[in-house]
Amino acid sequence: MGTENKHWLVRPRTVYWLWRGGLLLLALLVLADFFIHAHASFEIDGSFGFYSWYGLVTCIGMVLFAKALGIFLKRKDSYYDND
Amino acid sequence: MTMTDFPPGLILLFGAFLLPMVGRNARSVLILGLPLLTLGLIWSVPNGSFALMSIFDYQLELVRSDPLSRLFATVFSIMAFVGGLYALNQKKVMELVAAFAYAGGAIGAVYAGDMISLFIFWEIMAVASTMVLLSVGSQFSIRVSMRYFMVHMLGGSLLLVGVLMHIHDSGSTAFTAMQPNSLGTVLILAGFLINAAAPPLSAWLSDAYSEASFSGTVFLSAFTTKTAVYVLLRGFPGAEILIFIGIFMIFYGIIYALLENDMRRILAYSIVNQVGFMVTGIGIGTEMALNGVAAHAFAHIVYKALLLMSAGSVLYMTGKRKCTDLGGLFQSMPITTICGIIGALSISAFPLTSGFISKSMIGQSAADANLMFVWFMLLAASAGVFLHAGIKFPWFVFFQKDSGLRPPDPPWNMKLAMILFSGVCIGLGIWPEYLYAMLPYTVTYEPYTVTHVVNMLQLLMFSGFAFFLMLPLMKRTLTITLDFDWFYRRIFPKIFQHTFAAIWRVDQTIRQAFLVRLDQCQNFIIQRNKGVSGLLSRTYPVGSMVAWVAVILAVYLFLSFFR
Repeated sequence: MGTENKHWLVRPRTVYWLWRGGLLLLALLVLADFFIHAHASFEIDGSFGFYSWYGLVTCIGMVLFAKALGIFLKRKDSYYDND
Repeated sequence: MTMTDFPPGLILLFGAFLLPMVGRNARSVLILGLPLLTLGLIWSVPNGSFALMSIFDYQLELVRSDPLSRLFATVFSIMAFVGGLYALNQKKVMELVAAFAYAGGAIGAVYAGDMISLFIFWEIMAVASTMVLLSVGSQFSIRVSMRYFMVHMLGGSLLLVGVLMHIHDSGSTAFTAMQPNSLGTVLILAGFLINAAAPPLSAWLSDAYSEASFSGTVFLSAFTTKTAVYVLLRGFPGAEILIFIGIFMIFYGIIYALLENDMRRILAYSIVNQVGFMVTGIGIGTEMALNGVAAHAFAHIVYKALLLMSAGSVLYMTGKRKCTDLGGLFQSMPITTICGIIGALSISAFPLTSGFISKSMIGQSAADANLMFVWFMLLAASAGVFLHAGIKFPWFVFFQKDSGLRPPDPPWNMKLAMILFSGVCIGLGIWPEYLYAMLPYTVTYEPYTVTHVVNMLQLLMFSGFAFFLMLPLMKRTLTITLDFDWFYRRIFPKIFQHTFAAIWRVDQTIRQAFLVRLDQCQNFIIQRNKGVSGLLSRTYPVGSMVAWVAVILAVYLFLSFFR
C-alpha cells in the first residue's frame, strides 16, 4: 500500500509532525511551571518540573518492572487450554 | 403499604423474569422502561427507614434511604438503562434476565439497612452474575462460571459466618460502621473484600469478565465491585488496613494490565486498579476522602462501562479480542474510537472529564491527612492509569499497526449507548456541582484551579511520552501472565491429584495384602479339613440331627419354666 493510499493520520509525514507537536507541547508544559503558583502539600512537589519528571520516571519504572515480572510469569496464551 | 415501603431493587429483580415471557418489541420497552421506573422510585423516596419487618427475633430494614444509598442506586439504575440499550441486539434473553436480576440485587444490597437482607441480596447478585457468564453457553464458559461461582460462594460463606457472629456479639442486625476488631467483623471485611477483587483473590475478576459476551461484561463491570465499595464505605470507613490493600490493588492492576494482550482483560485489570483507589480512600476515611470515593465510584461505573462498550463493539463487529490481532480500526469505526478515547481520557482523570473531578478528591484527602507516602503512590498510580488504560487500550485496539480489518461501527443502539455515556463523562467533568450535590457530605473542594489543571496535564502528558518512548518494550505477545488463579487452576488440582493418587496406591496395597491373607486362611482351613475324614466333608446320619433337635427343644421347654 503506497503512502497516498494510507489514511492521512498514519502517513509518515503526519506522524513526524505529531511527534514534533507533542514534544513542543511537553516543553511548553514544563515551562508553564514558571507562571503558576505551586500549592505544595509536601516540599518536593512544589519544585520546578516535579509533575513532569515524576510522571515520566514512575511510568518508565512501572514498564520496566512489568517487563521484569513478565520474565517469570508470562506463559503462552494456550497455557490453560488443556485443563 | 405505601410506595416508600416497596424496595426499589425489586422492580428489576422481579421485572427481569417478565423479559422471556413477552415478544421482542415489548421486551425492548421493558428493558428501557424498568430501569427508568426504578430511577423514578429511587428519587421519590425521602430520607429515612422504610419496609421494616421482623423475622423471628431479627429486625429487617429493606429500604434505608439516604444520600449514599441513593447515589449508588442512581448510578446502578442508569447503568441498567444504558447497558440494556447496548444489549438490545443480544440474542440470548437469559443474559438479559440474569443481568437485570443482578442489577436489582445490587440496588437491593445498597438499600439494605440490616445485615441479613444485605446478605440475601449479596447472594442473589452472586447467582445472577454467574448466570450472566453461563449464558454464553460454551464448555469453556461453564468452567469459567464455576471458578467464578466458587470464589463468590467462599466470599458469601465468610460474610454469613461473620454476620452471624457480629449479630451475636452486638445483639443487633443493623448494618452500621464497624472496626475490624473481632472475628465476626474481620470475616465480614474479608467477605466484602473478596467481592472488591482485593488480594489474594483478585484473579477471579480478569478470569471471568473477559469471558462474558460483548454485552455481559458491561453489566458485570458495574455491580459486584462497586457494591463492595459501597459496603466498605458504609461498614469500614477509616479502617487503616484498607490503605495498604488499596495501594497494592492499584499497582497490581497497572502491572498486570501492562503485560496483558486481551483487550477486555486489560480493562478488567484496570477495574482492580480503580477499585484500589476507592479502597485506599475508604482507608483514609476523612469526609473529603469518602466523598471522593463515592464520586469516583459513580464516575468509574460510567467510564468503565463506556470503555467496555467500545471493546465490546470491536468484539461484536470483528469477533477478535487480542491486541495482536487488532489495530487500525479507527479508520472504519470512528464513533467507537472516539467514545473509547473519551472513556480512556476519563479513566486517566484528564481535565474536563469525570475522572478528574472525582479522583483528585481522593489524592487531595491524602495530602490533607498528611499521608505523604500514600500521596506519592496515588500520584504515580494516576500516571500509571494513563499508561495502561488511557493510552495502551486505544492505541493497541484502534491505532498501532494496520490489521487490515475494516469493520463498520456497531448498530445504532450500541452507538447511542456509547454516545450517552460519553456525554455523561464529559458533562460530569464540566459541571461537577451536580455530582457533588449528591454526595454524602458537603463538598468544599474546587477541582479547577490553574495549578491543579497544569500539574495534572504535566503528569499525564509525560506519562504518555513515557509510553511512546517505551513502545518497543511494550510489543504485544501471544501470552498470558500467571496470576493467583494459577493456584486453584494448576497447583491445587495437581496437589490433590498427587495426594489422591498416593492415597489410592496405599489403599490398593492394603486391600491386596488383606486379600492375600484371606486367601491363605481359606487355603489353610481347606488344607486342614479336606479329604473324606475332614470336618467339612464327613457324612452325618439323619438320626443324630433329629436327636440334637430334640435336645434343643427339651432345653427350650426347661427354660420356659423360669419365666
